[in-house]
Amino acid sequence: MKTRTVKRPASGSPRRPAKPWQLRLYVAGQTPRSLTAFANLKKICETHLDGRYHIEVIDLVEQPQLSKGDQILAIPTLVRKLPQPVRKIIGDLSDTERVLVGLDLRPAD
Amino acid sequence: MKNRGAKSSSPAASLPKCPTGIQGLDEITSGGLPRGRPTLVCGGAGCGKTLFAAEFLVRGATQFGEPGVFVSFEETDTELKSNVASLGFDLAGLTRRKKIVLDHVYIERSEIQETGEYDLEGLFVRLNHAIDSIRARRVVLDTLEALFAGLPNEAILRAELRRLFHWLKVKGVTAVITAESGREQLTRHGLEEYVSDCVILLDHRVNDQIATRHLRVVKYRGALHGTNEFPFLIGEEGLSVLPITSVGLNHKVSNERITFGIPRLDAMLGGRGFFRGSSILLTGTPGTGKTSVAACFAQAAARRGDRVLFFLFEESPNQIVRNMRSIGLRLEPLIQRGLLRFHAARPTLCGLEMHLATMFKEIAAFQPAVVIVDPITSLLAAGSDHETKGMVTRLIDFLKGGQITSLFTSLTHGGHALQQSEIAMSSLMDSWLLLQDFEGNGERNRLLYVLKARGMAHSNQVREFLISDRGIDLVDAYIGPGGVLTGASRVAQAAHEKAEALADQQEAARRRRELGRKRATLDQRIAALRSQYETEEAELRRVDAQAGTRTRVLRAERTELARLRQADAIRTAARAPGKPRSKRQR
Repeated sequence: MKTRTVKRPASGSPRRPAKPWQLRLYVAGQTPRSLTAFANLKKICETHLDGRYHIEVIDLVEQPQLSKGDQILAIPTLVRKLPQPVRKIIGDLSDTERVLVGLDLRPAD
Repeated sequence: MKNRGAKSSSPAASLPKCPTGIQGLDEITSGGLPRGRPTLVCGGAGCGKTLFAAEFLVRGATQFGEPGVFVSFEETDTELKSNVASLGFDLAGLTRRKKIVLDHVYIERSEIQETGEYDLEGLFVRLNHAIDSIRARRVVLDTLEALFAGLPNEAILRAELRRLFHWLKVKGVTAVITAESGREQLTRHGLEEYVSDCVILLDHRVNDQIATRHLRVVKYRGALHGTNEFPFLIGEEGLSVLPITSVGLNHKVSNERITFGIPRLDAMLGGRGFFRGSSILLTGTPGTGKTSVAACFAQAAARRGDRVLFFLFEESPNQIVRNMRSIGLRLEPLIQRGLLRFHAARPTLCGLEMHLATMFKEIAAFQPAVVIVDPITSLLAAGSDHETKGMVTRLIDFLKGGQITSLFTSLTHGGHALQQSEIAMSSLMDSWLLLQDFEGNGERNRLLYVLKARGMAHSNQVREFLISDRGIDLVDAYIGPGGVLTGASRVAQAAHEKAEALADQQEAARRRRELGRKRATLDQRIAALRSQYETEEAELRRVDAQAGTRTRVLRAERTELARLRQADAIRTAARAPGKPRSKRQR
């Protein structure tokens, strides 16, 4: 099973502080919905953030104690740790437009 | 789903119960909440849901060895700790010792963007982790409905809640879920649809500006339970529910008699006073001395060594101590020796039920043998007649159950002696003393009589009672042609009777003297008659003697004559002895 699997897509330096976008995806086991969410997230990031991001996937089945820190209730939840302020997006991220609004990449209409 | 869950786990045998440790609640539910199932506690804002839930956990952890998880959706851990600290619950200590886990779930809708499908697995994971970390047996979710505000998709939420309750049952934890009460249904979001095993409704009602908390078990699947509304209060040691309507009429009774502290009153009751454990009603118009009589009773009981608890609804303890000193009752030493305790409260301080609950707690804490309530009628203001009667019934039941002698004073308003409410109340009492004002001849006097005394022969006389600086005493009241004589009239009557008695005595003496005089007169007359008689007798004797002499002289003369004539017929007679002598004597 994956424990704090850190995906470093595409290029860029391996040091984290270099990435202005710190994203954390909470899942609970490798459910189809989790996999969909991760795939959707990756696609959006590659399209809109192009290497300026870092995604951390936390599996709560493995590390349940981590659910408290970010107040996770819904699964999957995407937390934008950086840039501030913290944002949460719940769901399988299938609605790209709303994800972009949620990440402040596109102003809400 | 919920039905399947419920039915699969309801065996024919009696339901296993999970004691809450909340005073009274376990009695209503005959054992506690259904073990291993969720219980819904609903009520409006500020009715004590969170405290109920917290006490359930704390008691579980401290008294029943069942660790618990408190998931709070509204208050933070710190807030929660300080809130329940007021009830004496050391939540912080319990969390340190891993008896309780606090988990504050915070949802802010503005931070959350919803995109696509999701579930609440995160909550499940958290809960599961918390439960497993301390092997919890109890779970509190307070208030789950915050989720409705935090999560936009109600359809998903409802499905997940259903799954959550099922999951809790599978997990085997006893859960308390709190919810706001709604307008048309028990809870605002219809949570009762999911929790079908046990529903408890808390209520905080205001009647005539006085608020009272009530608890009702709306539903308890598979178990008998009290269905009434039970008053409860949140005190210094947590909640206490009063399941007092369940008390039946099966008290033990005592044959012991206890003195009232007024000897003449004891005498009116066959000389031995009242039964221990009986209830006494003392009614009277204002100023008839109800409190003084009650204090007298209290002093007598405390001096006997009985613990006395005195509930005051009109005066402060200091005031009554001072006032009673003026009539010769010294209460301070008894207070200092711990035999007498006052509990003073304004009737309007809280509702009837709250008063009752406070009284119960005080009684349970002090363990008195005598309880005095002065006056019970003050509490009438705090509720309707019906409620008051209910309350008094429960109080009397409670006191009798504990063999506690009780004295209730009751204020009647001037004019009519007995009011409806008192008649209703009096039927609950074993004895009824009536104090009355009697007005006449420009003064008011106090009267006392025993209206009823169950199981005791008692005097039917009206007595006047006097309050002086030496205490209370009863005196006989005079019944005159114009009615009962009291006060000055009584004294006047007594003086009058005394004068009459004196006159009678004098008359008798006079008669005695007269008789003496009569006897003396008679004696004198007798003496006079006797002396007269003696005189006459002496005269008679003299006459007799004269006659004898004359006869002798005559005879002598005749003899002489005969001698001279030389007759011999007389000679023999002349020779009779003594005759010459008597002749010689003369």
